[in-house]
Amino acid sequence: MSTSQHPKTIRVDTLARVEGEGSLYIKFQGDRVCDVSLDIYEPPRLFEAFLRGRHYSEASDITSRICGICPIAYQMSAIHAMERALGVDIEPAIRLLRRLFYCGEWIESHTLHVFMLHAPDFLGYPDAIAMAREHKDVVEKGLRLKKIGNRIVTLLGGREIHPISAAVGGFYKLFSRSELLELADDLEWALEASIDTVKLVSGFEFPDFEPDYEFVALRHPDEYPFNEGRLRSNRGLDIDAADYENHFVEFQVKHSNALHSSLKGRGSYLVGPLARFNLNFDLLPPIAQQAAREVGLVVPVRNPFRSIVVRAIEIVFACAEALRVIREYRPPERPRVSAPNRAGTGQAITEAPRGILYHRYDLDENGIIRTAKIVPPTSQNQSRIEQDLREFAPRLAASSIEEATWKCEQAVRNYDPCISCATHFLKLRIEREV
Amino acid sequence: MSSKKEKPTIGVFKFASCDGCQLTLLDCEDELLGIAGAIEIRYFPEASRAMLDGPYDIAVVEGSITTHHDADRIQQVRHASKTLITIGACATAGGIQALRNWSDVEEFVRAVYATPQFISTLQLSTPISEHVHVDFELRGCPINKRQLIEILSANIAGRKPNIPGYSVCVECKRKGNVCVVVAHGTPCLGPVTHAGCGALCPSYSRGCYGCYGPMETPNTASLSSQFRILGQTNNEIARAFRGFNAWAWQFRKASEQADRL
Repeated sequence: MSTSQHPKTIRVDTLARVEGEGSLYIKFQGDRVCDVSLDIYEPPRLFEAFLRGRHYSEASDITSRICGICPIAYQMSAIHAMERALGVDIEPAIRLLRRLFYCGEWIESHTLHVFMLHAPDFLGYPDAIAMAREHKDVVEKGLRLKKIGNRIVTLLGGREIHPISAAVGGFYKLFSRSELLELADDLEWALEASIDTVKLVSGFEFPDFEPDYEFVALRHPDEYPFNEGRLRSNRGLDIDAADYENHFVEFQVKHSNALHSSLKGRGSYLVGPLARFNLNFDLLPPIAQQAAREVGLVVPVRNPFRSIVVRAIEIVFACAEALRVIREYRPPERPRVSAPNRAGTGQAITEAPRGILYHRYDLDENGIIRTAKIVPPTSQNQSRIEQDLREFAPRLAASSIEEATWKCEQAVRNYDPCISCATHFLKLRIEREV
Repeated sequence: MSSKKEKPTIGVFKFASCDGCQLTLLDCEDELLGIAGAIEIRYFPEASRAMLDGPYDIAVVEGSITTHHDADRIQQVRHASKTLITIGACATAGGIQALRNWSDVEEFVRAVYATPQFISTLQLSTPISEHVHVDFELRGCPINKRQLIEILSANIAGRKPNIPGYSVCVECKRKGNVCVVVAHGTPCLGPVTHAGCGALCPSYSRGCYGCYGPMETPNTASLSSQFRILGQTNNEIARAFRGFNAWAWQFRKASEQADRL
């Protein structure tokens, strides 16, 4: 085979099955990778600029528009940051409802990625619709599971995308116990279906690839993390959200409209399902731990291609947690506690499906936002995605251009990147110098 | 139209947006495989790595125009498409990113990026209709699933889509909701906002915040007076109109009037 059939450059001008617009460019020099860039040309939308001058109560609805896939994550980080700035304590029942809300988003978002965006890579299809011609039962099960996640979101939030019910202090509406219990039958089915999903995706073929990651995720004393906890890593990071900006730095690179993020003095790090699973395995409910053990998933999972299995485990968790919440829930006396205007600064980190989402707001005495800072998970993973490609691409030097391109795209999709979020980021180009 | 045997071809294109409106198509869990059977999806990067060139019978466009590159790209999409449908508040009104339109965008870029010279963006975020002829606009932030299926079905069948232009108030009355303005004194954009959401916010005891943009004949001046009676300041009234459809001319005018007072 002549070397001209092997990749010199891999370029994907429009990266598919990711949220938002970006491209990928990899340049080879012989078998060596000399340049990797994940170009994010998604237009900048400048949220942090136009949030200035808005009232604190508007931030959750406005920032949810950064991402149509994970609006609840934006609402939760914004609301928790505001509650911290305003000194508001929420009631235990509201805390439970927020966990249920997040379960709905994790089920919906993870199922979308596992079945419709990532599985087609492992089974060799361009998309889930083509996959459905030969694996109709798999796609239909995924769609039903996704619908159940969306049903939770719609019940609590009125609609799947940009739900309208979450407020600083609680919710706009009071939910009865019986309304929530109506989800029980669907969730029982979803729990079984998610365990089957773990078995299905663990049977896929995974390339042998295990980078040495610094995993960063929230850690709560008693629960698998959603809204609360300290920010921890496998290399000793252990901080409160208020200290985030002392440990992490955002920087701009020429090829991207999304800011990159790094851990000061340590560089790139990984956020998302792998990080959460590896740092919080002991806090998963027994049924999710059992599902992981049955398919031989042992902490720490370092192979990013196996993130699809970890995502499936997190769907098991979210279904089991949702069932726990609806059984434990007793309505609070009022839908929300009041949150009078006052000057202050509040930071919050919550676990979006793709990893930690940081918000910080400074408010004046009228509750008007003076400055805002938002660091989405995909911004944080950007440097790590490029690093994965630098380490993974050399083994593709002997592959055909087509296969190398597809594998690199898949390596990017391991992160379920949300480009719309990151620019508040993908297109693949591989280039070879002989 | 294509011959009877050929399925209509469709392309889904994204400009500045959150992806939520095109996600609505993937959120049609019960209908997705049926829709995919009735049409040929030739370009939909969010869902497929198979990206085929036009021409397309139907182009579905999400997002607003905020860069020179995108201003050129929408022209290409228009040239490659028989019917062009815009979906969502970004595509039909400029979206929340149109809040830059009242400010100095360079100052905005400096506020977010350390090296502003790497960033190329236009002063204005504008709807698709300011750049090319649009055959139908589907409102909402996000759009409604049922309305998306209706507009695609109507197009395939060659009939007019049934998308009413009345206000959220009509939907609220039909649902039998208690009026949040009358009963609780809550400011609500329902009287001037285009129907489509099913009066969601009032059904959750909060005022409408205008996701679907202006209805056909909105009386924004009267609503602004009512807001003043409810104790809203001019700044609060301006902010209410300056949301996800801020650049839609009726809301734009109303916010600028309140801003001047």
